Amino acid sequence: MKDRKQILTADDIRRALVRIAHEIDERNGGLHDVILVGVPRRGVPLAERVAAAIADFEGVQVPVGQLDITLYRDDLRTRGPAALIGKTNIQPDLTGKAVVLVDDVLYTGRTVRAALDAIADLGRPACIQLAVLIDRGHRELPIRADFVGKNVPTSRSERVMVHLREVDDVDEVVIERANT
Amino acid sequence: MEHPPRRHQVIDLDDLSTEEIEEILATTESMKEVLSREIKQVPALRGRNVVNMFFEDSTRTRISFELAARALSANIVNFTARGSSVEKGESLIDTVRTLQSLGADIVVIRHSQSGAPYLVARHFQGAVINAGDGRHAHPTQALLDLFTIRERLGQVRDLRVVIVGDIVHSRVARSNIWGLTRMGAHVTLCAPPTLLGPSQHWLATWPNLTISHSLDEAIKGADVVMALRLQKERMQAGLLPSLREYTRAYGITPERLAQIGEGTLIMHPGPMNEGVEISPEAATAPNSVIEAQVTNGVAVRMALLYRLAG
Repeated sequence: MKDRKQILTADDIRRALVRIAHEIDERNGGLHDVILVGVPRRGVPLAERVAAAIADFEGVQVPVGQLDITLYRDDLRTRGPAALIGKTNIQPDLTGKAVVLVDDVLYTGRTVRAALDAIADLGRPACIQLAVLIDRGHRELPIRADFVGKNVPTSRSERVMVHLREVDDVDEVVIERANT
Repeated sequence: MEHPPRRHQVIDLDDLSTEEIEEILATTESMKEVLSREIKQVPALRGRNVVNMFFEDSTRTRISFELAARALSANIVNFTARGSSVEKGESLIDTVRTLQSLGADIVVIRHSQSGAPYLVARHFQGAVINAGDGRHAHPTQALLDLFTIRERLGQVRDLRVVIVGDIVHSRVARSNIWGLTRMGAHVTLCAPPTLLGPSQHWLATWPNLTISHSLDEAIKGADVVMALRLQKERMQAGLLPSLREYTRAYGITPERLAQIGEGTLIMHPGPMNEGVEISPEAATAPNSVIEAQVTNGVAVRMALLYRLAG
């Protein structure tokens, strides 16, 4: 049996993303050079929602791209190739831009490491920032998020799952632990 | 993220399930995006050794495997029989064992003997990709043809594809018949009886297959017309009366080009005998996708190398 607990409701997710949108605005002193880049799968709808929130209160349409990091992973030998690779679609010239990476959960930091390498191959932005809905700790690399929806202390045996309407038909964040 | 079961060889398309073919074609699309970047390289296969083992001449297949391996950051070594210890009498098995000892992770083999890749796979612990063996199979060509058709026409299912030419000697035809019918296309083989091969057996094997001896009939309503290379030595072997007669009956001539609709794709695996199985007008027509086939070949081979690099 698995023990399942909801830690964020649809409303909590909405509020967290609006707050992150405001923080991105403040940090970057206006938004003209900001690009939001979602990491597939769930980082992409999150980036779109943050952009929509920004459009709501600033009336500015921030560009949104997506960056798949499968071909930059460091676990090909241990886990094998992925069945499918997500799409990468990002504006060609990143020079001088503030790239805000958006992902659902920050855990070991390895996905972010891969994303940083991937961006370096695509261009030379002025800076790269990281926004995540959940930070669950247990970093294996010296990486931290600039914008966090919610910090969730977890043990490694637990699973944190972000469900989003666009992918999963429902908005919620749940934490699952095996009942032993 | 989903991970498919580990795979160690692709020797013909009959190795692959429909689902795997779909996944490889989808991965090919992602690889094509990588090739459109300014830096056409990702680190996925960094530090892997790929050996291109070519016992038969090739331009596009060999070079596209080489570019594919490099785009994935693998090390690639080209081995050709000429100038190697094969000339001193080293056998295929010994050569493969030597490559194993030298640290090869993936072997890509082209050989004039049908079945040679199976022998290699038995004696090699890494992954093996068939880059064309005798009359047997050419799976990467069939995959890139499937990809090109789908890219241009949106799907493969229910399309009418004509394969015309020297079917019996063609590994491209054999792999394409398998791949196209598997993905739901209707395939018509069109060839003179001397170049058709065991048609009764094929008709019994593939339900979506028909056979025609008239190209003019076959091209009516076709979505794709694929011409095969006519090897000129077939004529010396007495299988054909003359090249001119062959062209008149089975070539994609300017007259047939006019009959074929503008939405019908013209394909050829290369190298072409222009003026024999295909006229220069047809080869360069707006609905010819022969150059796209070559371009897509790199992305398809990247997808396969990635899939085999567990």
